[in-house]
This record gives sequence, C-alpha cells and structure tokens, in this order.
Amino acid sequence: MASRSVGAFGSILASVILLLIGVLAFSIRLFSVIKYESVIHEFDPYFNFRVTQYLSKHGIYDFWNWFDDRTWYPLGRVIGGTVYPGLTLTAGFMWWLVNSLNIPLSVETVCVFTAPVFSANASWATFLLTREVKGTGAGLAAAALIAMVPSYMSRSVAGSYDNEAVAIFALIFTFYLYIKTLNTGSLFYAILNALAYFYMVCSWGGYTFIINLIPMHVLLCIATGRYSANLYIAYAPLVILGTLLAALVPVVGFNAVMTSEHFASFLVLVIIHVVALAYHVKRLLTPRMYKVAVTLVIMVGMVGAITLGAILVTLVAASPTKGWSGRSLSLLDPTYASKYIPIIASVSEHQPPTWPSYFMDINVLAFLVPAGIIACFLPLSDSSSFVVLYLVTAAYFSGVMVRLMLVLAPAACILSGIALSEVFTTFTRSLKYHAPLPPPQGSQDMIKDKEFLQTQLSTLNSTINDKAKETPGDKGGKEELKERSSKRSRKKEKEREVSQKATDVDKKKRLLGLPFEASALGIVLLVILGSFYVVHCVWAAAEAYSAPSIVLTSHTGDGGLHVFDDFREAYAWLRHNTEEDDKVASWWDYGYQTTAMANRTVIVDNNTWNNTHIATVGTAMSSPEKQAWEIFQSLDVKYVFVVFGGLVGYPSDDINKFLWMVRIGGGVFPHIKEPDYLRDGTYRIDAQATPTMLNCLMYKLSYYRFADSSMDGKGYDRVRRTEIGKKNFKLTHFEEVFTTHHWMVRIYKLKSPRNLIRGKTKRKGKLAAKAPKSVSSKKQPRKNPF
Amino acid sequence: MTAPFSLCLSPDRSLHPRLLVLVDDVAVKSSHSLFFNSLADRGYKLDFKLASDPSLALKSYGEYLFDGLILFAPSTEQFGGSVDAAGILEFVDSGRDLILAADSEMSDTMRIIGSECGADFDEDFNAVVIDHLNFAISEDSNEHSLIAADSFVKSNAILGEKDIEAPVLFEGIAHSVAPANDLVIKVLSASSSAYSANPDVSLGDPPALSGSKISLVSVVQARNNARILISGSLSLFSNKFFMSPVTKFGSSKSYDSSGNQQFAEEISKWIFHERGHLKAVHVGHHKAGELQEPQMYRITDHLEYSLEIYEWTGKDWQPYVADDVQVQFYMMSPYILKTLEHNGQGLYHTSFQVPDVYGVFQFKLEYNRLGYTSLSLSKQIPVRPFRHDEYERFIRAAYPYYSSCFSMMFGFFIFGVVFLYHK
Repeated sequence: MASRSVGAFGSILASVILLLIGVLAFSIRLFSVIKYESVIHEFDPYFNFRVTQYLSKHGIYDFWNWFDDRTWYPLGRVIGGTVYPGLTLTAGFMWWLVNSLNIPLSVETVCVFTAPVFSANASWATFLLTREVKGTGAGLAAAALIAMVPSYMSRSVAGSYDNEAVAIFALIFTFYLYIKTLNTGSLFYAILNALAYFYMVCSWGGYTFIINLIPMHVLLCIATGRYSANLYIAYAPLVILGTLLAALVPVVGFNAVMTSEHFASFLVLVIIHVVALAYHVKRLLTPRMYKVAVTLVIMVGMVGAITLGAILVTLVAASPTKGWSGRSLSLLDPTYASKYIPIIASVSEHQPPTWPSYFMDINVLAFLVPAGIIACFLPLSDSSSFVVLYLVTAAYFSGVMVRLMLVLAPAACILSGIALSEVFTTFTRSLKYHAPLPPPQGSQDMIKDKEFLQTQLSTLNSTINDKAKETPGDKGGKEELKERSSKRSRKKEKEREVSQKATDVDKKKRLLGLPFEASALGIVLLVILGSFYVVHCVWAAAEAYSAPSIVLTSHTGDGGLHVFDDFREAYAWLRHNTEEDDKVASWWDYGYQTTAMANRTVIVDNNTWNNTHIATVGTAMSSPEKQAWEIFQSLDVKYVFVVFGGLVGYPSDDINKFLWMVRIGGGVFPHIKEPDYLRDGTYRIDAQATPTMLNCLMYKLSYYRFADSSMDGKGYDRVRRTEIGKKNFKLTHFEEVFTTHHWMVRIYKLKSPRNLIRGKTKRKGKLAAKAPKSVSSKKQPRKNPF
Repeated sequence: MTAPFSLCLSPDRSLHPRLLVLVDDVAVKSSHSLFFNSLADRGYKLDFKLASDPSLALKSYGEYLFDGLILFAPSTEQFGGSVDAAGILEFVDSGRDLILAADSEMSDTMRIIGSECGADFDEDFNAVVIDHLNFAISEDSNEHSLIAADSFVKSNAILGEKDIEAPVLFEGIAHSVAPANDLVIKVLSASSSAYSANPDVSLGDPPALSGSKISLVSVVQARNNARILISGSLSLFSNKFFMSPVTKFGSSKSYDSSGNQQFAEEISKWIFHERGHLKAVHVGHHKAGELQEPQMYRITDHLEYSLEIYEWTGKDWQPYVADDVQVQFYMMSPYILKTLEHNGQGLYHTSFQVPDVYGVFQFKLEYNRLGYTSLSLSKQIPVRPFRHDEYERFIRAAYPYYSSCFSMMFGFFIFGVVFLYHK
C-alpha cells in the first residue's frame, strides 16, 4: 500500500530493494565456493551435471534420446525419458547464452551457479506473489526472508545443482500467476500460468503439489461460496493446457492423465463446470424455478455423482501404479514407506523431521507464521486463503518428509512477510500518530480520512449495486464480461483498500491507547528478532549447508583446517587405473558420482528405479565372500568399493548404512535375514557380533587390514566407538587395489578364478609360502630310514 | 577377405618349442629315447637336465626359457637352482605345458605339484596299482602290477583320429581326481577290478583307491589353456614298454607291440597343443546390409555375426569345422541362442533380430568341448530403444483421435464465429 500511495519514488525504492534482495540471495549462497571451491555438491547434482555436459556436447535431440549404457549395467537407463529436463535445459540454455555472448564459462561453472541465480529469481517471484496477496510491503519483507531462509538455502547453495534449485522458483512463480489470474481474471495470465506450470513439470516431480493444491483451493472457494468467473479463468485453462503440456514431458507422458495424483484436478474441473452451469442457470431462472431446478439437478446429480465415483474408483484401481505411486503414498501415510519400501525409507531426507530441524530450517519464521495466518484472515480474500491453504498443506507434508521442508519454506516466508509487514505498519503508524504531525502528512491523512469515508460509503453502495447487478443477470457477451471483470477487480481493489483503511481506522482508534514507548519498543524487538534471523541464516549458510559432502573438512586442535579429499582421490584412481569398460560396484549412493567423476560403468545408482538390481548388490554386500564374488562375477563387475569411516570417524559410511542393504536385499532375496546380522536386536561389529555379520562381504571389505595397520593392533573403530570383532583375516576372492589416504574409500578387485583346481585340500597352505620349508622339513624324516 | 587370412594365420605359436626335460637319472634319457626322439622329430628342442642340477632355471630376467616342461624325475625332493614346486606351478599359470610322470618312488614335491593340478596320488608311498583281471602276462613278476589298460577317453582331439588298438602297459601308482573338477580329464582309467595297495603287504583294510576311481593317466587343461599330463607311471614312456609285445590276461589276442608308443605320441601332441588348440579371429557383427560395426544397436534391428575359428596343427592354423558352435545374445540371461553356420573354411556366421529389449547385451560365445581349448568370447554391445522420431508417424488405430482433434478445432472455430457475430 505504502508504495502505491507514495508513487514513483516508492516503486523505484522497491525495485532497488528488490535488486539488493536478489544480490543478497545470490551472494549468501557463495560461501561454499569461497570456503571450499567451485565444485558440484553431493550425489544427484553430479548426475545432473553429467547430463548437462551431455546436453551441451550433443545437443537437445541426442539428449532426448539418450540411452545411457554406463549406469544400471546391464540394463542401462533411458536418460531422456526418465529425467526431469527442466534444470538441465535451463543450465544448458544459460551455458549456450553466455558462450554465444563470448563469455567462455565452462559447463561446470554454469551448473555451480545456477542455483544461486535461481534463488534470486525465487525471491522476486515471492515478492510478486506476496504483493498480489498483501501489497508491496509484505512482498518486500517476504522476498527478503526467502532470500536467506536456511531451508531453501540448503538446496540452493552454489554447487547444489539439483532440481529443487529451479523448481522452487517455478513453484512460486506458478502460484503467483495463479493468484494474479485470480485477481485480474485475465486469460493472458492464465496462459502464462499454464506455461509456468509446464516449466515446473519439466523441473521437478513436486509439480503434483501444484496440481493438487490449486484444485483444493478452487474447491475451497466454491465451498465457501466465492465462486467467480475469475476463479474459472484461473483454473480451467491451467488444468487443460497444463495437462496437455505436462504430457509433452517424456518423464511424465501419459502419467499426466493416468495416475491418481492428477485425478483431483480433473474432478475439480468437472465440479467447477457444474458450479458455473449452476450459477448461469440461476441467473436465467426465477428464484422459484431455480429451486425446482435445484431439486431436480440434485436428484440427477446424486446418480451422476455415484456413477462418476464408481468410474473414478475403477480408474484408480486400473491405473498402472495401482492408484498411487509409492512416493506419493508415503506422503499421505507417513508410515507407508518404512513399512513397504525400504529403499525409500533408507534415504535420510525421506525421514520425518525432528522439531529442532524446524527451528534450524525456518528459524523465527515458525513464530511469525501464526501472526501471518491471522493477518490473512483479517480480510480473507481468495488470494490470502490460497496462501493459508498452501501453508497448511506444506506444513503437513514437511512433517512427513524432511525434504519437503523445502516446500514449506516459501509459504512460511510469505506468511511471515505478511505478518512482519502488518506489525511494522501498525507500529510505525502508531509512532506516526504520536509524533508531532508535519503539515503535509496531516493533510494527507485528512485526505485519506475523507477518502476513507467516501470509499466506505461507495463500497456499501457498490456492494449493494453489485449484488443487485448480479442477480438480475447480464445480457451476456464479451464486452459485458470484460467490463464486469474489470469492475470486479476494481471493486476488489476498492474493497481491499477499504478493508485496509477500515483496519487502519480501527488501529488508529486502538493505537490511540497504545503508548509511544510500547510501539517503539515493539519495533526495536522486531528489529532484534530480524537480526537474529539474519545472524542464524548467515551462520547456516556459512557453516551448516555449504559443505559439498565430497570434500570434508575438520578443524585441527591448533585451529588449522584438515581436508579430507578421499572421494575424489578414489574416483580419480578409478578413472586413471581401470579400463574404460570396467564395471564398478558399490552401494547405490555413490553411483552418480562414480559415473560422473570416474567415468566408469556402475551397477546401481541414485536413480533407484530397479529395486531388484539394488537388492542384488545389497545381497552381495551381505553375503559371504564366495557368494558375493559369484554375484558380482555374474554382473561382470571388476571392482568393488566401500566407503569406510572407521579410521577417521566419518559417520555416514557403508557399515552404518549396512542394515539397509540387508533389508533391501532381504526384501527380494529372502535368504538374507535381518536378525542374522543383529545380536539380540542390536547392531554391532565388535566381538559380540554374529558370525553372519563378521563374515559378510561388507564387514570384510571395510575392516580388511584394519587391525594390523592400526597403531596398537586392536582395530578401534572411531565411528562405532568399539574394537572390531574379527581381525587379521585374509581375503580369498577379492584383492585390495587401492585405499585412499584416510581409508575412506577402499577399492577392491575381484580375483579371477584360479587357473587350476586343487585336488584334495589336505596339502592346502603347504605350497604358497611354506613350500620350500615344508619340503625340506619333510625331507629329513623321510630320508632318515634309508 | 583372402588377404587378412594369411596375416592372421601367421603362426603365433612357436614352430620349434623348447622343452626342458628334468630327470633323476641320466639313464632315463636313453631308456626313454624313443619318446624323446619322436618329440625331437616333430621339431621340439629338448634340453635335458638333472633335476638336481644347481644351474637349473626356468626363467631368466623374467622371461621363461622354455615352452614346456617334462618332469621325468619322480623321486626328486628338491630341485637344483632356482626351481621349486611353486615355480613350476607359476610356469603352468603362465600358459605353458607340463608332463609329470610319477613312479612308485614318488617324492612329496611331485605329489604337491600333482595335487595342485587336481590329481591326488595314493597317500601310501609304497602302493602300486594292482589288477588281478586286467594285467599283462609277463615273465618278470606275478604281482599283477603290470596293467594292460585299454579304457581310453573317447576323444579324437586328445588321442588322435586313429584308435589305439593294443592295450597300454602301465606300471606305477594310482591317482584319483575329484569328480567336481572339470578341468581334469581321465585319459586312461583303470578297470573296475583294479586297486591300489602295497603288493608286499597282505591287505588288511580295503584299499583307499579302487576300481574305476583310479586314474592311471590324466590330463589337465587349465583355465588359461595350459595343458598338463599326469601319468602314474614313468615306464609307460620307456623304450622297453614301447617295444614290448603284450598279451592281456584272459584274452587270446596278443599284440606285437603295446599301444604305449602311439598313446604317448598322441597324448604328447595334445599336451603340446598340436591338436585341439582353437583360436577365434575376426569376430565381428554388423547390421544386415551394412559392413561397419556399429557402436550400438536399436531394438528389433537385424544383425549379422561372424567369426573365424582355426585349429593349430603344430605347423600352421587350419580351419576348424564343427556344427555345434553357438552364440548367445546375452543380458543376464541369453535372449537369443543361435547355432552358427559355417562354410567349411572356418568362417562361421549367423544373423538374427535384436530382441525388443534394451540394455547392454553381449555376444557371448562359450565353446567348451572335450579336448579342445575353451573359446570364451564376449563382446559388449548396447541396445537402445527407438529414437523419438523412429516411431510410426501416423498410426491407423489413431485415426478416430486425429479426426476428433480436427473436428474439435473446426467446431470451436464455427462456435467462435457464431458466438461473436450472431446477435
């Protein structure tokens, strides 16, 4: 509101502020580059990076048709048809753009900085969305908040080249266009909205959130009697065009009409048409006739609804994923995944969050959000109800999966921005009224007051008029419609202004009682709260979320920095010391990195599309050496590597993930049983561990030579904080070929089968090392009798 | 096609292989001269050494000095020079061949070598093979330990085209091979009435080895195709046995000379790869109608696969002809299994359609036949799905949908005109 009344100066100020917010959003995400280096982070980004490289080298058609024979050996993976191409295409386009402008940036650099660039876009989109809901002030506050909200930052620091980086922007922008259409009733924005939705579908599987949330909101509007032509214009084109466009994305394809995640939108489309018809009929008929018609329609409608319901149920049952895909089901029933799909439950970001993680990820916003909700209700409009609905659903989903905290963050920022802006308005206004009134402001206020009275009167009139107008029914025709819609929007603006003014007046009246000191103190406290938030965000950016996870650091006792670069060391070793076509097996977490950094074929990777294949690797890891060797041999594996943190105390190593391998393996191959690996229900690797555990491949590959080469010969595992159970063993079917500096990655080669098969094993062991000795020692007693 | 033929057939195996013969006793050189002469006549360069010779060495500067080793030194406990049991096994692991002949005075070292190759000699140091039904009648002894053995392995590759008619004289110790061991082949096995015992001691317990479990002569083909001959008898190769006439007990037929010479010569040909050594060359595949080998096939492509197989004769490579060579199109399990057709000149080929499954396939050829070196070829080839523009553009079944699209567009246009301009 403020900028609107202040005029040109205000809008310039607002754009400068926005620009600064963009700079802030970009630069706060550069800690990772400054503290570490310009490097791609974690696991999935490596795959995205590899895909982008392919795109930039081979062009878009080859990318679309890319069949990758270097992952999921021997099944391969159709990358073009199984990947959300939005991120890749965006970065590829950016790369092409800067290169055609003769700025020679490498693909990697572009990929590293894609996320920060898009977080700036996301904060601007948040500004636009919040402005549509509550005005410029709230918009600026929300944009400033989202520019540095830790939850979003965790997925968008420089180098975190993942789908979410662009998808959050797309999500907010789609919502903005939806609200914009809702407020203006403009078909132009509706089309833009469908395009934005298309971009979101291209970018992230989370698009189903949009296509369920918007129908929910539409349903809410209809149920609360807020149906309007604007609502129809905002919704119907989105669903129809959006679905058509979504079906163009190879990874979605027919899912857009065949899986039940999309059914809600179609159902609501039907409902909105029925409602539109009802309103139209209502306008045509007299009230009495209308009543008759309603009863008639309800009779027929009941039958129709029942048939429709039956059809829907059959459709859901007949759809390929039996209605809901596993990931979606786990959203609705939080215990679903852990019960039925260990592969989903095994990912830490799919676990439900803990309370501290809310404080960590959205910090003070958690306290501001309720205030924001109240502010949204004070005059409840279509747009503010949408924001509230968005918050509520996102809060539910974030409680299911810690990863979806990311969806909650923008909602929290928007509502907190609204709250902050409202509170600041209140306080500053009260300050202003206590301050000695400067004449121009006073006159302005006078004018305002006059305006207010006038507008209040006029609104009363206009609402009456509108109602009156609506009831007799229009002549129809386009111009009329347009006029009406514009009138409606004007009316809405007025309404908003009026309501704003009304609250202002209310506040003024109440604030007359509020002392100057209290409001000044309130502002000071708010500023302190804000600075806490900023301090926390900067800390989170600098310390918590900037680690690329392929390079680890620790502080040494004397304040120095110790760098663990074992992963890249291992991948470089693989790249330089193995054959081009060699297959490398590891747990799936490291699949993307191996293909991207070591350029070797892997058996399984982070795209966990084939549970059986992963279970095969899990079974191999939990089997004794010989069986494991046979499994790997059947997959043509040459090298196996494990990640081992026991020497340096790196907790997310394979031994700690091992139970998941057992569970996933056992889910497909029932001879692997979890209790065999547990002693009395506890997972341990010390002398009390079960023999199955101590003899499985994972244990052996992790602890091979561990005890012998430790200082005291005991083999103390610094992650499990215990002495290992089995020491000084030999490997028969594997040989160690490389172990990194801190033992974090240990690479083994499968031994080829023995050239000869031994006879009876009685003489075993005599030959290898002791042969000459044993021969000579044997010699004496035999020669003696002669 | 003819030009590369001569190139590929350049003898990549030595025409004059060097053999080291290790003996206990210099006398063996003359007492087994017929066997050695037959080798020398076939072009082998023999180098006789006493097993205890202190200058003995298999390797010099990391290079093996010999292509084959004949151990006619059954009682040697410790070799001279740098040779030991492990060294000999390493020699085999490098793909070189070995003949090991045992005798009743057999040392531990020899037993270890035998056992490492998969042949377990009788634990009893004084036991010999005795057969009271299938012995050769001789004046020297009546212990029935001179066996007239005639149960040969049925393989022309190992024992040559010509059947060995006369029985083979055998005097020595028994060994057994594990049935699970698929690398060992019993070439000459004892009859069911044979057993292994000390003839000087009366038999108390049942003998440890008896009947057809006993192998008299075995061959081993290691995984790297090195070949090993393990014979329980050194005298099997001796001039005396080569020349001696043989009459099997209970048989009226008597032979002027035993089958030993033929047996020894034929089996030595096999051991030193003059027979049964195959190689595959020019393994290739291409799309039907093309010549270039592609990087990748598409599902439902038609392709042709061909290779040439040759057998080494000791002098040159000859085309190998067989009707049972098969190729698999394999991804975790064979999707296609085809028997290759051949032209009689060693060129095998087949053609088939790629299955409607994408993934990383292999052309897998596993050819394991008794007496032949195993051919194990695999060639990786990815199979991709259709490109987006390789599908049929207009499907007949979809005509109703196309027409509905266009009628919808047309109808909307008419509706728009009517709606806008009809008052």
